[in-house]
Amino acid sequence: MNKQTPLVELKDIHISFGGIKAVDHVSVELYPGEVAGLLGHNGAGKSTLIKVLSGAYKADGGEIFINGEKATINNPRDARAYNIETIYQTLALADNLDAASNLFLGREIMTPFGMVDDDAMEAETRKIMQRLNPNFTAFSAPVSSLSGGQRQSVAIARAVYFNARILIMDEPTAALGPQETQMVAELINQLKSEGIGIFLISHDIHDVMELCDRVSVMKNGKLVGTQKVADVTDDEILAMIILGKNPKKKAPA
Amino acid sequence: MFQSGVFEKNRYIMKSKLGKFITNLGIDVRLLGMIGALIALWVMFDFLTGGRFLTPRNLFNLSVQTASVAVMATGMVFVIVTRHIDLSVGSLLGFVGMVMGTLQLHYLPSLVGPGHWSIWIITVMAGISIGAMVGAFQGWIIGYLTVPAFIVTLGGLLVWRGAAWWVTTGQTVSPLDATFNLLGGGSAGTLGATLSWALGLAATLAAVAIMLASRAKKIKHGFDVKPKWAEFTMGGIVVALILGFVYLMNSYPLPRRAAERYAQANGLEIPPDGLFISHGIAIPVVILLVVAVLMSIIANRTRFGRYIFATGGNPDAADLSGINTRMLTVKVFALMGALTAIAAVIASARLQSVGNDLGTIDELRVIAAAVIGGTALSGGFGTIQGAVLGAVIMQSLQSGMAMVGVDAPLQSIVVGTVLILAVWIDIIYRKRAGV
Ligand SMILES: Nc1ncnc2c1ncn2[C@@H]1O[C@H](COP(=O)(O)OP(=O)(O)O)[C@@H](O)[C@H]1O
Ligand SMILES: [Mg+2]
Repeated sequence: MNKQTPLVELKDIHISFGGIKAVDHVSVELYPGEVAGLLGHNGAGKSTLIKVLSGAYKADGGEIFINGEKATINNPRDARAYNIETIYQTLALADNLDAASNLFLGREIMTPFGMVDDDAMEAETRKIMQRLNPNFTAFSAPVSSLSGGQRQSVAIARAVYFNARILIMDEPTAALGPQETQMVAELINQLKSEGIGIFLISHDIHDVMELCDRVSVMKNGKLVGTQKVADVTDDEILAMIILGKNPKKKAPA
Repeated sequence: MFQSGVFEKNRYIMKSKLGKFITNLGIDVRLLGMIGALIALWVMFDFLTGGRFLTPRNLFNLSVQTASVAVMATGMVFVIVTRHIDLSVGSLLGFVGMVMGTLQLHYLPSLVGPGHWSIWIITVMAGISIGAMVGAFQGWIIGYLTVPAFIVTLGGLLVWRGAAWWVTTGQTVSPLDATFNLLGGGSAGTLGATLSWALGLAATLAAVAIMLASRAKKIKHGFDVKPKWAEFTMGGIVVALILGFVYLMNSYPLPRRAAERYAQANGLEIPPDGLFISHGIAIPVVILLVVAVLMSIIANRTRFGRYIFATGGNPDAADLSGINTRMLTVKVFALMGALTAIAAVIASARLQSVGNDLGTIDELRVIAAAVIGGTALSGGFGTIQGAVLGAVIMQSLQSGMAMVGVDAPLQSIVVGTVLILAVWIDIIYRKRAGV
């Protein structure tokens, strides 16, 4: 297990905005079938770090390896080409469009005549929603009229539909009720069993301890440390988040 | 008490039944409202003018007068949907018009021969290319240099008006090429009765075919479809509108002298009680219809259109979905420029000359048409048919007031007020509809 090639290796990533070092020389790894948690206070740099991987930001320095090979990710299209799918904290949906248009945005199904095939996309959307969230029925409404949970399921469906091998979830349960949170948890376990690697960002320590295999803690843009969840207690993780100190200076994985 | 109670209840049922009826038909309520407003306007002006407004002659003129602004309004929908604005279209129309006028009067005759058949084609092609290039350039400044569209096109408003003057140092260009002039829809610039019916029939068949195909596809995917009666009703309305329009345009005869010229040219006898030769649909209106259909297809059926609306709804989401929103901005403005050139063809051909003031304040009429037609300035919402209808409403208002004899200053006041009212009503509608 330890000798396996990581699915993703982010090495020495740094990026600053103006004077702020949002991500300060951080390295993390992700293995197939693993859920790697990313914890830290608001503003710790979690979203910024994964946006480098998803192509939303370009790092000032550092390297990305996918399956051990150096990868160049300049924009979201590049990331998609590596089967990296992202569920952003802000969901990144076009509110004026319906679920199917959002699910397929940028990757529309086309008719043989080069026109977007809305009916085919709706049919596919119905199929995947049947699996992810059977309560979802508002297929022709703009997503602005949907509940937080329904919007979340559109964002998740988008990631799942296109066979992500690397899935990034940035605070996927922040806006959800307990039932919907449970649904996301089940989904994460299912995707994990299919061999997908998942970066799970959260500031809820319990989510992370329950779902993740390893957890990395960030503070002020720096990586405090990475631990196997089995090896640490909630309190130790909490100390890492608050004090920014790694209790066991053990090398991860 | 009892009575008013019953009344309330009845009204409630009426309302819900009417609501259900409209939903079944699948009509956009906003569009229905605009059609209602237009009809009200027409009936009012017809009443005020003692029946002179709703005549084939006036409606023909209205259709010709609307064409240029309506063509640009379809492009303005895309511009506004992507959260931009284009204040330069009136000046650009003047500039492109001036270039096309000079080209066909001063350059092409010596190049291909005076009165050569290709003059109008070369002129139109050159005009559309220049319009698209100017638009693309402005779009590049907006998209890549991130100067706000308001500023870039406000600058463009001054630049292109000035540039138009430089082309001829302010001189009016006239006369234009005879074939080119047909594109403006003078008494010769129409399809005539037979071609108009042919076009109407073709449009009818196409509309019915599209409806049937769409229904068949929905059934294939197992989606809910409209009830059959609703489909028939809608189809019936569309067919009636198309054929009614053709009939109306064919009911407007050529004036006596034009008819005599036509008779002579075609070796016809002139009967003692005069000759009835139909105008038919004006060529600029045909151009508008083609543009509107193409723009609707782009809006609803192409990736480009889908990305326009996605970008307008949430630019960040569009970016993160891999859409190149900067390039999209360039394309949207290039398209606006090309449509402005087409409008310049129509406007200059209609006047059969290009003066320095061609297209002055058209930008405001175009923006007003798009906005009255339900395009939201906050981005993300707007339809092509709405913008065309908005242009018709604007033109009806202006022509109607002119016919009634309202002074020009008061006309401006009314149009301005109507614009604000229309947007206010739209805001209320959106809040109610929750979109
Ligand atoms: N686009 C940006 N421009 C300027 N500053 C940014 C930008 N994105 C993030 N930041 C800053 O980087 C830091 C890390 O933010 P973020 O990655 O969103 O934190 P987290 O997701 O851990 O809450 C914050 O100080 C934030 O203000
Ligand atoms: Mg964040």
